[in-house]
Amino acid sequence: MHRLKGIGPTEQWLILVIALISIFLALASDTFLTLVNLFDLLNYSAVNIMFAAGLLVVLIAGGIDISFAVAASVVQYLTVTILMQMGGGNWAAGLVLACLIGAGLGSLNAALIFHFRITSIVVTIATFNLFFGMLMYVTGGVSIYDLPDWLSSRVVLFERETETGFAEITLPVLAMVVVVTLTWLLLRRLSIGRQLFAMGDNTEAARRLGINLGAMHYLAYGWLGACAGIAGLMQAHYAQEIVPNALYGRELEVLAAVVLGGARLGGGRGTLLGAILGLALVSITQNGLNLLGVSPYAFRMIVGAVILVAISVSGGTMGRAIGRFRGSKLAGATQ
Amino acid sequence: MITISSLLFGQKAGASGATSSTRGEIAGLLVVFAAVILLFSLTTDRFLSTETFTSVAFQLPELGLLTLAMLMPLISGGFNLAITFTANISGLALAWVLQAYGGADAGVAAFALGIVAALLTGAIVGGAMGVVIAYTGAHPILVSLSMMIFLRGLGEFLTRGGDISGFPTFVVHMGQGTVFGIPVPLLIFLACVALWAILLKRTRLGFATHMIGSNPEATRYSGVDTHRAIVLIYTLSGIMCAIAGIVMLTRFNSVRVGHGESYLLITVLASFLGRVDPFGGFGRVIPVVIALVILQVIASGLNLLGTNQHLATALWGVILITVMIVRYAWARLQIGSFIRNMSEKRTLKGRA
Repeated sequence: MHRLKGIGPTEQWLILVIALISIFLALASDTFLTLVNLFDLLNYSAVNIMFAAGLLVVLIAGGIDISFAVAASVVQYLTVTILMQMGGGNWAAGLVLACLIGAGLGSLNAALIFHFRITSIVVTIATFNLFFGMLMYVTGGVSIYDLPDWLSSRVVLFERETETGFAEITLPVLAMVVVVTLTWLLLRRLSIGRQLFAMGDNTEAARRLGINLGAMHYLAYGWLGACAGIAGLMQAHYAQEIVPNALYGRELEVLAAVVLGGARLGGGRGTLLGAILGLALVSITQNGLNLLGVSPYAFRMIVGAVILVAISVSGGTMGRAIGRFRGSKLAGATQ
Repeated sequence: MITISSLLFGQKAGASGATSSTRGEIAGLLVVFAAVILLFSLTTDRFLSTETFTSVAFQLPELGLLTLAMLMPLISGGFNLAITFTANISGLALAWVLQAYGGADAGVAAFALGIVAALLTGAIVGGAMGVVIAYTGAHPILVSLSMMIFLRGLGEFLTRGGDISGFPTFVVHMGQGTVFGIPVPLLIFLACVALWAILLKRTRLGFATHMIGSNPEATRYSGVDTHRAIVLIYTLSGIMCAIAGIVMLTRFNSVRVGHGESYLLITVLASFLGRVDPFGGFGRVIPVVIALVILQVIASGLNLLGTNQHLATALWGVILITVMIVRYAWARLQIGSFIRNMSEKRTLKGRA
């Protein structure tokens, strides 16, 4: 059922919708189709795409995680606090530390899910509250504005002066490219990545094939944790400050966007391209609403409605299309 | 046994110990209840007072009604993440009807009309989720999640993030008053508990809910209209959210979108503490209600001890994990027989 190459129906459909929205926005607003705006969109979305790449791995492995965004906030705090006490640090130390702490927090989820057979949604609802509660309690809700120099100074990788100002591509975009490439390698080119798909599609069959389910759980949640750690550090770099509840609520947006991109809640199916397109749809919608001068209060409502409609439409058509191929089994899964 | 949930979460559906008797469950929960009360009364002497129990009696209903709203989808193997915001939006519907009929001067008829509007709002929201879940095959977590994002956005858009207040005085009397010494919200809650217990145990829909949670495909082949059942389950869940929203409005005399957001975790916690199977198919109303009382007592106790709000949030997370680990250990290691074995060994040692 997995098409390893080519573009699946979900992706085609998303590309079509994104193209329609983009054409509309290009006609309705002067600023949408400028290099400055597109690069801003890319810089802003980089953090979310890193989250999405990590989350996709967990979804493919058959789990779900809603704790990663607050975990990223915990990573920001711990990384910066530890490095400041050690005398400042640098990018290398920051990235390694962020990866390790993130993977550690992810492994906590994996341990609870695998060793105690607790449903992943329950575990991550619990750890979400645990992480966020502890973060707010320990920090007292106080932000860090005084970041180390390496973290707060902007790194511009590419810039071009245009009529509307400087168009820049910044460091988070590079981090995003690296994270997405590594995730692609894991999922598409490594045997352990294929084992993740096997576990997500049919856990029992995967176990009988001799796949180490425990290791796969740690790999999936650890991977998401590490991605979230890097994304957290990049968000701190992008925002030039660390606010404890800055990423609160981001998990739902990312989750909805990734599933919109064709990843199946329940595992075994999902593509990076789909996840990125799903996120692009949400980001472009938000960006467009902003440019069109729609009230910010309406943003969430419209984004929620877009996701809801997209799920209903794609779920229905996908369900019917696949049901034709797979007969009764999928009909059961559609309940 | 391939249940939909084990498919969806890629985990084994066994080991959740749904076999133990109701009596055993209730006895176990009552022991926990006694332990919690003992612990708090030893920690602070202000705990064993009428104030504590009055506050429990007034706060329990909102949480309880939302838990009932979560319970039905959970038993059917689904999830409803939108419960708190459905309650908020339904509360808003009631608030508007009241404001449209003169705010603080609105009459009882306007209030009744508002309640109808609130219930209708809840039913529409829940029904919409049910239709999408039943007919498109999208996962309940995803559908309720996007509904939650939408409702939160809608609420913030309509209220601009502020409060709506200024209701007639009888509304407040209803929320904070008592009948024969029993708080009105508690009476509403008890009525809803009875309704839910009957619904889940004695009706066709209740039976279908359990069966869908166990094996939707087998249920469909047995001639149950599973699509219709799922739409009804989420519609009823939405209506229960609306009742919770109405109770919240009367108790606080205001509506704010986002109020009760933190209840989501506690409703999940109460359901699992009350031995609802996380994979669906099993769960009873009465143990869940006892679990709720335990959690509300803990909440009031923490409040009394002056625990930081964020620390309390973290603690709820820890409690949820602990409950699930204990459940797992109980089912997997069969602690009951382990204890028996230990005591037998001890007597043998004593003889030697």
